Amino acid sequence: MFGKLTLSAIPYNDPIIMGAVISSTVLGLIIIALITYFKKWSYLWNEWLISLDHKKIGVMYIVLAGVMLLRGFADAVMMRAQQAMAAGANHGYLTPHHFDQIFSSHGTIMIIFVAMPFMVGLMNLVIPQQVGARDVAFPLLNSVSFYMTVAGAGLIMISLGIGEFSNTGWSGLAPLFELKYNPGSGVDYWMWAVQISGVGSLLSGVNFFVTIIKMRAPGLKLMRMPLFTWATLTTNVLMILSFPVLTGALFLLTMDRYLGMHFFTNGMGGNMMMWNNLFWMWGHPEVYIVILPAFGIYSEVVATFSRKRLFGYKSLVYATAAIMFLSFTVWLHHFFTMGNSVDVNIFFGIATMFIAIPTGVKIYDWLFTMYRGRIKFDAPMYWTMGFFVFFVVGGMTGVLMAIPPADFVVHNSLFLVAHFHNMLIPGVLFGYFAGFHYWFPKVFGFRLNEKWGKRAFWGWAIGFFVAFAPLYVLGFMGMPRRMSHYSVLAWQPYLIIAAIGAAIIGLGVLAQIMQIYVSIKERKENMDVTGDPWNGRTLEWLTASPSPEYNFAVIPKVEDIDAFWDMKEKGIAYDRPKVYHDIHMPKNTAAGLIMGVVTLGFGFAMVWHIWWLAIVSIVALIATVIKVAFNDDVEYVIPAAEVKKIEDERFRILAENQDKNFMNEVKGGTK
Amino acid sequence: MNTEVTNINANNTVELEHGHGAELKTFGFWIYLMSDLVLFSALFATFAVIGYNYAGGPGPKQLFDLPYLFTETMFLLFSSVTFGLTMVAMNGNAKKRVITGLVITFLLGLGFIFMELHEFYGLIAAGHGPSRSGFLSAFFTLVGTHGTHVFFGLIWIIVMISQVVKKGLTDGVRSRMMRLSMFWHFLDLVWIGVFTVVYLLGVL
Repeated sequence: MFGKLTLSAIPYNDPIIMGAVISSTVLGLIIIALITYFKKWSYLWNEWLISLDHKKIGVMYIVLAGVMLLRGFADAVMMRAQQAMAAGANHGYLTPHHFDQIFSSHGTIMIIFVAMPFMVGLMNLVIPQQVGARDVAFPLLNSVSFYMTVAGAGLIMISLGIGEFSNTGWSGLAPLFELKYNPGSGVDYWMWAVQISGVGSLLSGVNFFVTIIKMRAPGLKLMRMPLFTWATLTTNVLMILSFPVLTGALFLLTMDRYLGMHFFTNGMGGNMMMWNNLFWMWGHPEVYIVILPAFGIYSEVVATFSRKRLFGYKSLVYATAAIMFLSFTVWLHHFFTMGNSVDVNIFFGIATMFIAIPTGVKIYDWLFTMYRGRIKFDAPMYWTMGFFVFFVVGGMTGVLMAIPPADFVVHNSLFLVAHFHNMLIPGVLFGYFAGFHYWFPKVFGFRLNEKWGKRAFWGWAIGFFVAFAPLYVLGFMGMPRRMSHYSVLAWQPYLIIAAIGAAIIGLGVLAQIMQIYVSIKERKENMDVTGDPWNGRTLEWLTASPSPEYNFAVIPKVEDIDAFWDMKEKGIAYDRPKVYHDIHMPKNTAAGLIMGVVTLGFGFAMVWHIWWLAIVSIVALIATVIKVAFNDDVEYVIPAAEVKKIEDERFRILAENQDKNFMNEVKGGTK
Repeated sequence: MNTEVTNINANNTVELEHGHGAELKTFGFWIYLMSDLVLFSALFATFAVIGYNYAGGPGPKQLFDLPYLFTETMFLLFSSVTFGLTMVAMNGNAKKRVITGLVITFLLGLGFIFMELHEFYGLIAAGHGPSRSGFLSAFFTLVGTHGTHVFFGLIWIIVMISQVVKKGLTDGVRSRMMRLSMFWHFLDLVWIGVFTVVYLLGVL
């Protein structure tokens, strides 16, 4: 009836795990109780959970990313604490098996359930408005993608309390993850969580690719697109081409573990190196999938807060595209030491170094954009400048490791851990935080608190440096990654410093929570009445904040790069359209939510070998898809009169706050 | 498609997005098929790497029966022909011929699946199952993944038969038929690759 699942799967004798389980359960119950008390269930259901509005789906993605960030950060703190104490005679407070699970879940969560949903969330918030569209190409598919991601995240959260998590790292380890060496539920949880959310990401990639290619406003040629749109487009290409490889690799592992096949086994004709190749054929593009949108955000932020058009717009576009191509030619640098021939290693080493060129071009373009700009140092600009400094360091260490002989020295050491955190924290995360602060008013209608935003930046920036600079040193001292205990006492002082760094990052996280709290409390003082709080340059700032569900009452015409700035210069940004038309929008539907729940059930059933539930879930999934396919009544109409009413109100507020919009400041100016 | 184009011309830009529905979906489905092709590429690459690791077990020469597979292949190829004729019928608004064409395509596809499962059954019964060697794992997974796609295609055909019967040849149904047609021909193309790489190169 319950497959392999028995009561003994619940680790009730481990106080640390049970503490985490009980506290998160209690937190969940409190949230449920609060929603019930304030009678918000129907609001939550109708306005959010079943909504196909891309802005709302975007917010839900970012909430998911935020929750998972806290979970992933808790994992990080536990690892830092363990390594700070587990030297010599002291074995720390975690068992090796538990430590292995923590570093595996930390990596999986941070990449798949923080970076990815944060990124797709920002795309959802921004892309349709930035290209002058009313929605994404496939609104229901968008909701399905979101709930697939949630289902994957749900599986990881369940693994905390029922069973265990993988102990083979976020990238898997052949043949350790085979059934023979890992008969428990951990690898299965990891495999299905990543597989399910991967399908969601693939579908998001298709959705936004089609949106950008097919739904741009008239006049918005490719070479007029904002850089964030360009970055999203290239990221989507990577998602479409690389995620199927991950799907395939995990599918082969599934065959190994469930049907006794021999893909990644040692013996019987399996090939362990196939796993590394397939995984990193996805894994390396994945790194660029998460960082290219961050580059896009920095481009928007730098141009806006420097009051200048981006320096070298075309070179930025070509650099982005070059990175997209090159990212498929470097996967092997993740395993130079695996025994490839010298020629193969040299090829991939040189290809890797090539990536530094377009990336360098970008850094210079951003710096030259700031040069002689009228720079405003708001919080997004802090994140951006922090990125400039740290990312160059991370890039240098990357080029260092691209040299195969040097890589042999630092491979699998903490130097590597420092390097990729150096790319992912100041590179990816700072970018998303900048984007979060930058676009927040567009979504909620008020600005985030600057003071707390800057405090958060300093917490993260200083904390990052203190936490990871020692790891570079430790790498050179020969400390391997993923050690739950070590006997070289000379390492300990550095690990204690790193733990202090994690605590400082913790202050940054607290400042972010404070920032949201304070901003909501003082929202009346920070209202964005014009829809253009930063003197923006691109189309998303043309709409009201928060924008109506149809975004644009009339689809704008684009005549230049920085379309909105161009409109302000010409003095036509806030011209009233003569006539409004009916607008067709997608109807809300629970289909995406149902598919997510069913898929979660399927994943759980597969982990525990509950075959009847797996079959029922698959049948239910297919039935839902068929039901959707029969439904042709998917749109509703907002009548022109209703649109006029909403827009009249918008223009009334605009007229009341004429002094607050930037058009008069910009009008007739030079570029 | 034609009716939708007139829609766009008749109304102004406000209607543009709405009218683009079928074209957007066709394009999106193309993109999805490309990603599916990458999935197959990964499986082909895996077969190329471990497809010669027999682990002391049998190789393709002992296992594959080319005349049988030729017949199986013909089922799938002819189902593509009949689907093409179905689409011609759809463009001529011949509802009955569309249904007949779909039914014939379904039967041919079913014949293909049946022959494939029969082949699998024979191999497993003889002790040459997927867990026997790396070669057989790669073989069963590559061919089986294609077969699973065909299976889902068959479900889709049933859905479309009932939609044509119930709804007639509406714009929505036509647009779905268009995508099913792309999917079906795509599976045909992949099979050509499978037949060549796995069977022909294996036996010859």
